[in-house]
Amino acid sequence: MKAGGQRRSMFLRMLLRAWLVQPGRMALAFLAVVIAASIVSTSFNLYLGSQTNLLSEFRNYGANVIVTGRDGGQLPVAALDRMQPLLPPGSLAVEFSYAVARTHRGQAVVVAGVDFDKVRQLNSWWSVNHWPRADLPGASLLGSRLAPMLSPKGESFELSFDHRSIQLAGGSVLRTGGDEDQRVYLPMQEFIGRTGVRTSVIEIAVNGSPEEITATLRELSAALPEADVRPIQQMVDAEARVLDKTHGLVAACSTLIIITTVLCMLSTLTSWVLDRRKDFAVMKALGASDRLVNLFFAAQAGIMGVLGGCTGFLIGVGLAQWIARVNFHAGIATRPAVFPAIVLGSIALALAATVVPLSLLHRVEPAAMLRGE
Amino acid sequence: MSLGIAVATAMIAIATDVGDKISRELRAYGANLVVYPDTKTLAVNVNGVDLKPVGETEFLRESDLPAIKGIFWRNNIVGFSPMLPVDVKVGPQQRSVRLIGTYFRKQLSFGKDNFVAGVEMTHPWWKVAGSWPGDSPSNPSDREAGDRRNRLSHAAEVLLGETLAHQLSLKAGGNIQIADRQLNVSGILSSGGDEDGAIVAPLALAQDILHQPGAVGQVYVSAITKPEDDFARRDPKTMSPELRDRWYCSPYATSIAFQLQEAIPHSRAEQIRQVAQNEGRVLSRIQGLMLLMALAALLASGLAVSAAMATAILERRTEVGLMKALGASNRAIISLFFTEAGLLALSGGAIGYGFGSLLAHQIGRWVFDSRINVQPVLLPLVIAIAVLVTCAGSALAIRRAVHYDPALVLRGDL
Repeated sequence: MKAGGQRRSMFLRMLLRAWLVQPGRMALAFLAVVIAASIVSTSFNLYLGSQTNLLSEFRNYGANVIVTGRDGGQLPVAALDRMQPLLPPGSLAVEFSYAVARTHRGQAVVVAGVDFDKVRQLNSWWSVNHWPRADLPGASLLGSRLAPMLSPKGESFELSFDHRSIQLAGGSVLRTGGDEDQRVYLPMQEFIGRTGVRTSVIEIAVNGSPEEITATLRELSAALPEADVRPIQQMVDAEARVLDKTHGLVAACSTLIIITTVLCMLSTLTSWVLDRRKDFAVMKALGASDRLVNLFFAAQAGIMGVLGGCTGFLIGVGLAQWIARVNFHAGIATRPAVFPAIVLGSIALALAATVVPLSLLHRVEPAAMLRGE
Repeated sequence: MSLGIAVATAMIAIATDVGDKISRELRAYGANLVVYPDTKTLAVNVNGVDLKPVGETEFLRESDLPAIKGIFWRNNIVGFSPMLPVDVKVGPQQRSVRLIGTYFRKQLSFGKDNFVAGVEMTHPWWKVAGSWPGDSPSNPSDREAGDRRNRLSHAAEVLLGETLAHQLSLKAGGNIQIADRQLNVSGILSSGGDEDGAIVAPLALAQDILHQPGAVGQVYVSAITKPEDDFARRDPKTMSPELRDRWYCSPYATSIAFQLQEAIPHSRAEQIRQVAQNEGRVLSRIQGLMLLMALAALLASGLAVSAAMATAILERRTEVGLMKALGASNRAIISLFFTEAGLLALSGGAIGYGFGSLLAHQIGRWVFDSRINVQPVLLPLVIAIAVLVTCAGSALAIRRAVHYDPALVLRGDL
C-alpha cells in the first residue's frame, strides 16, 4: 500500500520535474502542440462562422423575395402583418405602392409610396444627396433621370393624379442606375392619402442561408395563398454560388493549414521523445517495466495534449475573433463544439506522436543507449 | 520545412488571386452597368407592365454595340446584351404582352476580335426549360438590303416567360401567333423577375415588329470592376490631367461607364448601383478573409519551421561541443549554422515554391474550375520569407548551442 503510494508520488514527481529540468525542450514540444491547436481552432471557427458574416454582407444586395398580388390582383389586406412572424430574425420587409401620375407637361411618371427609413435600410446602395424628412408636407425623392426635367434646380414641382394636382418639394435626388431613377418616391402615408392606392408589392430581404431562404419562401406561400411569393432568382442564385465558392476556398485552405501544422507538431513531438532516450534507458535500467515506461511517456504526452489543446483553443478563438473584427467589423460566433474536438484531437495526436518512437526505443538495449549508441 | 513554405506559397498565391476569381463569380449577379439613349423620354413601367403609350422613343443603334469591345478595358467586359421592349397582342383575347428583343448567344466581331454577347452571359440566373432560341443573323449588309422578312424566316424561335406560359397554357415546342407571325416557343423561361410575364425574342424580331430596324432600347453590360475607393468616388471633371488618366485607366465601374458612353454615340451609361456597389463590398470582404488566413498560415508555418530548426540544432549539440573543444570560435560556429540555415532555406524555399504553386493550381481547379496563377514575383518573396523565418527560428537555438560547455556536452550531461 505504502509502496504503491510512493510509486505514485515518484511518478508524479518525474512528470513535474521534466518541466523544471529541461524547460527549453519541454517548452518547444508544448509550443508545437499549442500552435497546432490554435491554428486548427482558428480554421474551424472561421470555416463554421464566416458563412454567417458573409451572409450579412449579402443582405446589402437588398430584397431576395418579392410578394405581389396573384395574377396582377391586389395584395391581401394586412399581408405584411401576416408575414412578419414567419420571417427569420434580421430580415426586413418593405411595402411599396405604385401609381402613375402626370407631370405639368402631361408626361406619365411612376410614383411610388414607401417608408423612407425602411427603404434606406433595405437598399443601402441607393445614393441620395440628402434624404427628405418624411414628416414634412410635400416630401419627395426624385429619380436622377427625372430630376433635370421636373426640378432642375431643386425647386418644388407639381404632379397630378386623376386631375388633382399636388405640390412636392424638390431637391432630394435618388441615383441607382436602375428603374428607380425614373420614379418619384413619396412617404407611404402621403402617398395613400393622395392616391388611395394600397400596397402593391412587398419586398423582403430574408436573412439566412440559401436553404433557410427556400424554407421561408415555402412558409410564406403557404401562409398567403392569395399572393404570389417569388424569389428574386438573380439574388438567390448568385448568393448561393458565391457563398459556395468562398466556403469551398476556406475549406481547402483550412485543410491545407491543418495538415501542415499537424505534421509539424507530430515531427516535433517525435523528436522530443527520441531526444529523451536517455531518460528512457535510465528508467528501464533501474527496473521499470515496459508498461510503466509507456505509461510515463503517454502521461507526458496526454498532459501536453490537454494543456496545449486548451491554450490553443483559446488562442484560436481569439485569432478568429480578431480576423472577423478586422475583416467584417463584427464578431464571429464561437463554436463550443470545436472545444472538445480540439482537446481530444490534441491528446490523440500527442499520443500518436509518442507511439512510433517508443516502439523504436523498446527494441534497443538500455545499456547500448546509455553508452551513447 | 519545404511543406511549411509550400503551404505559405499556396496561401499567398490564393490570397493574391482570389480577388479576380471571386470577381468572376460575382458576375453571377449579372450586369453591373446599363447604357441607355441620352434622351428626355422615360420608361414608365411597374413590375414589367409598361404603362406608357408607344410614342416618340429614342434608341441606340445596334451597329454601335460591338464597339463596347473596343474600349480600354475591353478584356474586363464579360458580356453585354441589348434589350428592346415592344408591346404585342397575344392569344384569342388579344392580351397585351411585352416582347423583349435581345441577344441570346450571339457571335459578334469588332476589329479582329470575335466574341459572344447575350443574356446567357449577362443574366446567368435565367433558367430555360427546353432549349435556348437561336439568334437571328445580323449582318449589316443584309439589313441594308432590306431583306428582313427573309432573315427572320429561320429564326422565329422565342422564349416564353413562365407566368405567361402558364396563363396561355403553352409548353416548350408550341406555337404562338404574334403580329401575323407564327413563332416557335423553344423554351420556357424562369427568371424570377419581370421577364416571367413576357416573351423574349431575338432582337431582329422586336425591331421588325416595331418597324425600327437596328434599334436598341438599352444595353446591359457585365464587367469585372475594381472595388470603388475614395479615388473612384471623386468627380473626374475636377481632376488634374495625370489623375484623370489614372482614373481612366483603372477598371472602376464609373470609369468603365464613362468609356462606354464614349464608345456608343448619344448614350448615357450608369452603374447599376445595386450590383456594382455591393460587389466591391463582398469582394473586399472575401479578399480580406483570405489575406488574413494567409497571414495566419504564414505565422503558423513560420513557427513550425522555427521549431523544426531549433530541434535540429539541439540534436547537434555534441557536434558543437566537439568543434569548440577543437578550438572553434563562437563566431565560426554561429556563421556555420547560419550559413547552413540559409542554404536550407534557399533550397527549401525553392522546393516549397514549386510545390505550393502546384497546390494553388489544384485548389483553383477544385473550387473555381480554373487555375490560379502564381505570380513569379512570389518566388523571391517566398525565398526571402524562408530565409528570414529559418534564421530567426534558429537564432535562439544557435545562441544556446554556442553557450554550452563543451566538456559537459561531450560527456553527455546536457
